[in-house]
Amino acid sequence: MADRDEGEGPEISGEQKKEIAKWLLTNAPAGEIQYVAKDVRSVLMDDVAYEAAAAVAFPIYNKAHLLSLAMPDRSGDVIISKFGEIDSESFLDPRTAQVAIVDHVKQICTKVRPATDEELPCSYIEEFRAPLDAELCKYVDETYSKGTCAVYCTKGKDVEGPGAVFEFTVAISATRQSPQNFCNGSWRSIWIVEFKDDLQVVELKGKLQVGAHYFEEGNVQLDSTNECKDSTMVQSPDDSAISIANIIRHHETEYMASLEGSYFNLPDTTFKDLRRKLPVTRTLFPWHSTSQFSLTREISKELGIGK
Amino acid sequence: MEAALDLMRRMPPRQAEAALSALLSLLPHHADNLLSQIDQPLQALFDAESGKEFVLCEYNRDADSYRSPWSNKYHPPLEDGPLPSDDLRKLEIEANDIFSVYRDQYYEGGVSSVYMWKDDSDCIAACFVIKKDGSKSAHGRRGYLQEGAWDAIHVIEVRSEVDGTAHYCLTSTVMLSMTTESKSSGTFTMSLDLPLEDGHVCNMGKMIEEMEGKLRNSLDQVYFGKTREMICTLRPPRMACLLDLYPSAD
Repeated sequence: MADRDEGEGPEISGEQKKEIAKWLLTNAPAGEIQYVAKDVRSVLMDDVAYEAAAAVAFPIYNKAHLLSLAMPDRSGDVIISKFGEIDSESFLDPRTAQVAIVDHVKQICTKVRPATDEELPCSYIEEFRAPLDAELCKYVDETYSKGTCAVYCTKGKDVEGPGAVFEFTVAISATRQSPQNFCNGSWRSIWIVEFKDDLQVVELKGKLQVGAHYFEEGNVQLDSTNECKDSTMVQSPDDSAISIANIIRHHETEYMASLEGSYFNLPDTTFKDLRRKLPVTRTLFPWHSTSQFSLTREISKELGIGK
Repeated sequence: MEAALDLMRRMPPRQAEAALSALLSLLPHHADNLLSQIDQPLQALFDAESGKEFVLCEYNRDADSYRSPWSNKYHPPLEDGPLPSDDLRKLEIEANDIFSVYRDQYYEGGVSSVYMWKDDSDCIAACFVIKKDGSKSAHGRRGYLQEGAWDAIHVIEVRSEVDGTAHYCLTSTVMLSMTTESKSSGTFTMSLDLPLEDGHVCNMGKMIEEMEGKLRNSLDQVYFGKTREMICTLRPPRMACLLDLYPSAD
């Protein structure tokens, strides 16, 4: 970052402006990049640098936030993520076997095309992927007020029969935007589900991220992450799907409960470490009594308090 | 400028310093404006002569040096840095001592400083600052906080001393951050008319105590409460019967 003491110093270069713009854009809270973009354009006063920065920053932001966009043929929503990325503008939607072409800066899906055979997993894998996807859709619909999910095959998509290792990545994304109340929230979870067919074991690793932003009179942001692991036995595709979805449901619910728990404790414990509600005397501070004061002052000095 | 302020409300509070730095390099002509309108976490310096720390802020700064309220000297030393008049300095000393005890009672640690000056209309103004690092490694007594800080800046202007009462106008800003959440607050104001006979320090102290109490409660209920509600709306706990607190924009 530029040195603060420069003051009226030399004009910063276009390249530096682009870097700053990129930093500001990628740090936008969930669902707010368009507002941030407007502000950045305004403070940058350099459209060339802005556009260069946006071209780089928006795809990073969209993928990190698991942005979900409606596909034009009304077949559903596609999640923008690195797991489904075919190329910088094309993202696979495994559920409908389509590839969506998107405009990152406008954050819309411009068109879809059917996915080619090379882009899709083969039928053995699909036998496991599809029921898992269906179970998760049920879970997401029941749990999140507006969530989307996708199951990608990130390893071993050409595995044709039992005995080999393959891996799915589950992405769940939900956002709640209430700009009129100056409040936005987001949930992102990414689960790596590894089928170790040879050992008949499925290992799961989850990364859950919750964010909330309240900015009516200030700027309060919650940014919390949790990582967890679990495992289960490989069963038939349908039964595996049910167990995996249950494990995911269990861990996500537990995490939410622990967040709730820490909020509950906030006033009495953590907050107290910052500032007590009242002094130990349980009365307000005796500003009036100057004599009591000098005494307190003497005592404080002796005890070395107020250092 | 509006865009700059809006950006500061959206960037993660933990990155506030970096965000401000970015804005200062993009808008050097607005530097003064930005610095006075955007809250930054407080820093402290050690005054070796008095053996105590003091807080740095705009009100004890001249060029790149800061005046310690304990020794009344600038760090790093400055040839003709402005100093309060003798009378004002006496008041300032008293305020620092008393405020330090107040700080100890409520904050059980932390650093406090009081700076006084006379404004253009010769009215007294004072700035009371508190910097508390509540994390385990610093002053957090109970060890609950991984990382946490409370920075408070209270600026009081004393106006029209007539008929034995003075009019006090307090503007307070609190910046709070805790491991998972960070918040940078807006500014709150309070005005009161209080009898002069109690003395300025006593009057100002009471106002600040009341304001801090209110801020602490509102920070808890309003600010943290809001983010908590948003999460519950996003992913409602299954057993609960929840009202839709946040109607979705779409």
